Amino acid sequence: MILIVSVSMITFLVIQAPPGDYASYVIMRFQNAPMTEEMRQIRIDEVRRRYNLDDPLHLQYVHWIWGIITEGDFGLSFSWDKPISRLLRERMPITLMIGLLALFFQYVVAIPVGVFTALKQNSVADYGITFFSFLGMSIPGFLLALVLIVILFNALNFPVGGLYSPEYRTAPWSLDKFIDLAKHLVVPVVVVAASSTAGTIRVLRATLLDEFGKDYMRVARAKGLSEGTIIFKYPLRVAMNPIIAGFGWSLPLLVSGSLLVSLVANIPDLGPLLHEALQAQDMYLAGSILLMVSTLTIVGTLISDILLAISDPRISYVGVHES
Amino acid sequence: MSHSATQGQLFLLRFRKNTPAMVSVVVMALFLILIAFPEFVIPYEPTRQFIGYNYAPPRPVRFAGDSGRQPTVFGYEQKVDLQTFKKEWTEDPSRPNKIRFLVRGFEYRLLGLFPSNLHLFGIDDNTVPFFLYGSDNLGRCIFSRTIHATRISISIALLGVLITIVISIGLGGTSGYFGGVLDHVVQRISELFITIPKLPLWMVLAASVPRDWDIIKTYLAIVVIASLTNWPAATRGIRSKLISIRNEDYIKAAISYGAKDGRIIFKYLIPNFVSYVIVVVTLGIPAMILMETALSFLGIGLRPPAVSWGVLLEQAQNFQDVILHPWLLVPGVHLVIAILMFNFIGDGLRDAANPFRRV
Repeated sequence: MILIVSVSMITFLVIQAPPGDYASYVIMRFQNAPMTEEMRQIRIDEVRRRYNLDDPLHLQYVHWIWGIITEGDFGLSFSWDKPISRLLRERMPITLMIGLLALFFQYVVAIPVGVFTALKQNSVADYGITFFSFLGMSIPGFLLALVLIVILFNALNFPVGGLYSPEYRTAPWSLDKFIDLAKHLVVPVVVVAASSTAGTIRVLRATLLDEFGKDYMRVARAKGLSEGTIIFKYPLRVAMNPIIAGFGWSLPLLVSGSLLVSLVANIPDLGPLLHEALQAQDMYLAGSILLMVSTLTIVGTLISDILLAISDPRISYVGVHES
Repeated sequence: MSHSATQGQLFLLRFRKNTPAMVSVVVMALFLILIAFPEFVIPYEPTRQFIGYNYAPPRPVRFAGDSGRQPTVFGYEQKVDLQTFKKEWTEDPSRPNKIRFLVRGFEYRLLGLFPSNLHLFGIDDNTVPFFLYGSDNLGRCIFSRTIHATRISISIALLGVLITIVISIGLGGTSGYFGGVLDHVVQRISELFITIPKLPLWMVLAASVPRDWDIIKTYLAIVVIASLTNWPAATRGIRSKLISIRNEDYIKAAISYGAKDGRIIFKYLIPNFVSYVIVVVTLGIPAMILMETALSFLGIGLRPPAVSWGVLLEQAQNFQDVILHPWLLVPGVHLVIAILMFNFIGDGLRDAANPFRRV
C-alpha cells in the first residue's frame, strides 16, 4: 500500500517533468481559435481551475490522486481529447489478454521443456534447448516480432498486424472471427512470452539438477516408486518455488514486453497509446499508463507472495514486516 | 609432482574450459576493434547517400575473374515492374567490380587523431555502391552504418553500467556493511524503483529529454536514465552478497581480534567481492544495450544523425517495410551477437568465479 502511494507520487513527478503544464497546451490550442481575448482567458482560467494548476505541487498531486481513487478520473488526454479513463478501459483489456495468454504459454511450454532438459542433461537435445533459450533471452522482443512477422507472412501468408483482418473488423462475433483473432494473437503472444519462457526453462533446469542428487530422491527410488512419480511428486514441487516467486515479476514484465511488441505488430493496446502519448508529450496519459502498469506489478508481487506461502510450507511470514 | 595453482590460475583454468565464453571473448575482441577503428573497416561514410540506390538489396560476393577465385561483386541493374511499379534489382554480370583489400577511400581520422584514407576493403569504381548488407531508404550503406553504430551502442552500455556500478557499490556497500537506518532507507527506496516496470519508465523519462539537444547531450541523458533505472537491482544484489560475505567466519574472526573497518573492507571484503562485481557488470551490459536500442527504435532515444543500432532499426519499425526489405533487420543480427556475447562471457565468469566448482 505504501508502495502504491509512493509509486503514484513518482509518477506524478514524472508527469510534471517536461517543461510547460497542461494550461500551456490549452493556450497553444486556443491561440488560433477564433475567439476574443476575453473568451480565451475565461477558457484558460477554467482549465487552470480544473487541474488546480495554480496550487503548489503537493496539492496538485492530492487532487490528481483523489480524482483517480474516488471517481476513476485520470483527467483528459489532450492529444485524444477523450477522458483517459475511457482510453484505458478500451486498451487495457487487450494488453491484459496478451499478457495472460503469454503467461499461460510460458508455463505450458517452459515446465515440460525444463523437466525434459534436466532429465536429458548434456544430451544433444539439452544443448539445443540451452542454445535456444539463450537466444530467446538475448533477442529483443521487437526484433523477434519483426522476424516472425516476415517469416510467417512470406512463408505461410499468415495474417499479421492489428487484431483482425479487414473483413472481420466490423463483423459480429462468429467462429471465423474468433479464429482470425487467434491467428493475429500468435505473434504477439509467442514473442512476449519468449524471453520469460527461456528464463523459466533455465531456472527450472538448474533447480531440478540441484534437487536430483538429493537423498530423498534415493529414498523414493528405494521405495520402488516409478520414475515419473518420483520426478513429478518431489523435485518438481521444489523447483516450482522460484517460478511461483517469479510470477509476480512475470506479469508486469509481460505487460511491458507487450508494449513494444504491439507497437510493432500494430495491435491497438497500451503500447501504441503510450508511444503516441510520449511523442505528443501528453504526460497525463503517459503517467496514467505508467501508474496502471506499476500497480499491476505490485498486485502481481502480492499474489505471488501469497501463492508461494501456500505452496511452500517452509516459508513463514513470522517476523517479516511490510514489504 | 606437487603443484598448487593460485586462485587466479584456477579462475582462468575454469574459464578456459567454457567454450561459449571463450568464443565470446574472441568476438568481443573483434567488437573492440570495430569500436576503435570503425572508419577503417567500412567502405563508405555512414552518411553517404547513393542517389537512386535506395532500398537496394545486399550484394552477394561472387568468385569470378580469370582464376575464378577473385572475389567480385556485380553491378546493379534496376528495372521497374510496369505492372506493380515496384523496383526490381538484379545482378549485372557484365559489370564486374573486383573487391580489393586495403584500398584508399574517404578521408577520416584514425582514433580521431591521425588523418588517413585507408580502408579494409572496397571496389575501384567509386560511383557504383558495394552494399554488403544492402542500403536503406536514403541509399546509405547499411554495412557501414551498422559497423559504425557499434561504437555508440556498446559505449553507451559500458558507460551506463559503470555509473550504475559506482552508485550501487557506494549505496549497496555502505548499507550492507553498516546496516541500520541507512540500510533500511536505501532498501525501501530501491524496492520502490524496482516496482515500476522499467520499459515504460524509460520511455517516459526518455520522452522528457528535450528534442533540441545535440547528440552528446542526448547520449549523456540516455546514460543517466539507464543508470537511474538500473541501480536499484544492482544495489540490492551487492548488498545481499556483502551481507553473506560479512557473515563468513573469517570476517567474524577479523572483527573479534579488533581489525578496523578499513582493514576489513580492503583486505578481506573487496578481494572476495571483485569477481561478483565483474559478473554483475558483464551481465548488466546486455540490458543496457537493449534499453538504448529499444528507446532509439521507438524514436525517443538517440536520434539521427547519431548512428546506433536502435536508430538503424527504427527504419524497420513498420512491418510492411520489413516484409519488402528484410535486410533492414541486419543491424539486429549484430545486436543479438553482441548481447549473446556478453551473456556468455558473464555466465562463464560467474561459473569460473565459483571456487566450489571443480576444474
